[in-house]
Amino acid sequence: MLTDFGIILLFLIISVLFVGAGLVTAALLRPSRPNPVKNSTYECGEHPWGGSWVRFNPRFYVIALVFLVFDVELVLLFPWAVVFKDLGWFAFLAMLVFFAVLVVGLAYDWAKGYLEWDKPSPQTPKLEDLVLPKKIFHKQQKDS
Amino acid sequence: MINEFILALPLLLIAIGSILVLMLDAATRNKQIVYYTSILVLLGLGISAGYTLQFDVAIIAQADKTISANTIFYGGMSAVFDIIFAMGGLLTLFASREYLQRNYKEINECYSLVLLAVVGMVVIAHSNSLIMLFLGVELMSIVFYILTGFFRNREHALEAALKYFILGSFASGFLLYGIALIYGSTGSLILSDISQQIASGNYNSIYLSIGLGLMTVGLCFKVAAFPFHQWAPDVYYGSPTAISGFLCTSGKAAALVALVVVAKNVLSVETSNVNYLLESTTARNILAGISACTMIIGNLSALAQKNVKRMLAYSSVAHAGYILMGIVACSTEGFYAVAFYCAVYLFMQVGAFAIVGFIEFRDEGNMLISDYADLRTTHPALAAAMACFMLSLAGIPPFGGFFGKYFLFVAAIKSGYLWLTLIAVVASIISMYFYIGLILTMYFKNNENPINVGKMQGTKLTVALSIIGVILLGIMPNVFYGLFNFTF
Amino acid sequence: MQAIPMEFYLILSGILFTIGVIGVLTRRNAIIIFMSIELMLNSVNLSLVTFSSFMGDAAGEIFVFFVMAVAAAESAVGLAVILALFRKKQTVDVDKINLIKW
Repeated sequence: MLTDFGIILLFLIISVLFVGAGLVTAALLRPSRPNPVKNSTYECGEHPWGGSWVRFNPRFYVIALVFLVFDVELVLLFPWAVVFKDLGWFAFLAMLVFFAVLVVGLAYDWAKGYLEWDKPSPQTPKLEDLVLPKKIFHKQQKDS
Repeated sequence: MINEFILALPLLLIAIGSILVLMLDAATRNKQIVYYTSILVLLGLGISAGYTLQFDVAIIAQADKTISANTIFYGGMSAVFDIIFAMGGLLTLFASREYLQRNYKEINECYSLVLLAVVGMVVIAHSNSLIMLFLGVELMSIVFYILTGFFRNREHALEAALKYFILGSFASGFLLYGIALIYGSTGSLILSDISQQIASGNYNSIYLSIGLGLMTVGLCFKVAAFPFHQWAPDVYYGSPTAISGFLCTSGKAAALVALVVVAKNVLSVETSNVNYLLESTTARNILAGISACTMIIGNLSALAQKNVKRMLAYSSVAHAGYILMGIVACSTEGFYAVAFYCAVYLFMQVGAFAIVGFIEFRDEGNMLISDYADLRTTHPALAAAMACFMLSLAGIPPFGGFFGKYFLFVAAIKSGYLWLTLIAVVASIISMYFYIGLILTMYFKNNENPINVGKMQGTKLTVALSIIGVILLGIMPNVFYGLFNFTF
Repeated sequence: MQAIPMEFYLILSGILFTIGVIGVLTRRNAIIIFMSIELMLNSVNLSLVTFSSFMGDAAGEIFVFFVMAVAAAESAVGLAVILALFRKKQTVDVDKINLIKW
């Protein structure tokens, strides 16, 4: 019979084996054709250039912060959901209140415009703007 | 039998009110509505706390507390502190409105943040569980990090916010570890259960001692007591002046009330366990040492300052040292004295900071002590008010500061800490030098380019209310002190 | 069957906490300091869960959920502050953030 320490040792051995076996099999099976392209950062052919501290659109950060807060609140909802059946109405109401507070937070972000993304306003080309004069265009359409 | 909802009225009002203000802020562009709603919410907090103050502690103890599962302490001391925090929030709102309008346009968030900080403080004052205590401390601190960096295009403010954030959350880590060890030692997070366990000697003394030590470190950090006071002057200096007053009075009072809650339930308990390493006297002696160093260091550093805001910031460190005396005394009388001093300190310090904010010129000009020279001729009323606050801070008799110190000294002497009282007297004599020095500068020095300040009605209201508070508490301290007879 | 004694978990949690404290005190990058603080909070979570499960009392585990939520809120605010400061000063080195001195 294993002790608790034995179980941990077993975990360690299995995790080392799992990773090691994967690496070894891959090394045995894969063809070995080294070339300089494979050493570049992005093998797909994108050339990295400039500093890595370029300015991102600040909206990325705002969305990330909003996500961070709401994501972790899930940790409080999860245990409640597991034992939901045994808890009854009081717990349900309590959770509704909690949820309402979260929704207020989201509504606040929404109303303040933190969730808005700069939408591109694509300009649909109009017939008049085309390079070809209308008559020729219609003629071509008819011919084809 | 009292309904629990009636007892919880202050908590519910401020919690719902702060969210309501947040929603209003998002829903309307009208800043007046948001401002006046915030004031109403804080008034509601004060009035409802005053209402719960009428119930006797014995009656509240019998009330049914199933909804909060006994994690919340109602009435008594917590109601008194509710009123103090409501007052602090109100004075800050009055002072901050025009100050922010003058410096920066974005103002609505400030009101909801102040209200949220008050929610945190109220939760601390009401906590009967270490969970509530931690949540309250964190709610308050997180809001303070934001408020400190509120002027987000000023480098000073952002730097202060980063310092405050790093050191504050570092301290929260210690506080939390202390809570975990106390939980492991006594097997409960409810403070009244913990004190029962300690009284019956049914706990692990090593965990409890280390836990108490770590919790004290964390809370001393929040109070800005001696070895951990370095952040305080920087933060109070960097944050908007109207907010600095809030941070170093209400914020400090809230951290002190957390210490009071812990001291009341843990330190003042007689235990039958002989193996207790950090038993009550040792812990109190350590606290007494911290308190003595805080007073001396705070006042000596304030002596060297040339900037009024920094001088007030260092002096607030020293005042934390005085208030810690009440916790060292660890008696009912000591806790009364803490509450009284917190109230007086709120009025005098917020008033002084309001005047500094009033005189402050765009981008932190007009803040040196020499700029205050000859304020007597240009703004006689302001000079008189500032003199009032300085005399009260120094502890001169007709003002509230004197009685605050008096009650603290009496409590400390009665608990056998005569040496601490002597140090406190020496420290307040040192402090007279720079408080009186500012008055002398205002009244007896000439200034070649006298300062001129704009119109600020709300700040005047704050200053007026503060003066009334300081003088009322000074000439009839018994009225306020009588409130305590049936609390705690 | 030999179970792991409670002290082992507590010692592990103590070691993690100390690593966090040393990280805060010695590192100069604000983001790494911030990660060390998170490590401190999470090591405390480990000891809370340990106490809770060895005493058979759920309060400690409930507290852990609250601590996680608080840590998330704290990290949101902290990252926002660090970001604002980076935009202003183009650095997150705490040694270079030294305007306020007495």
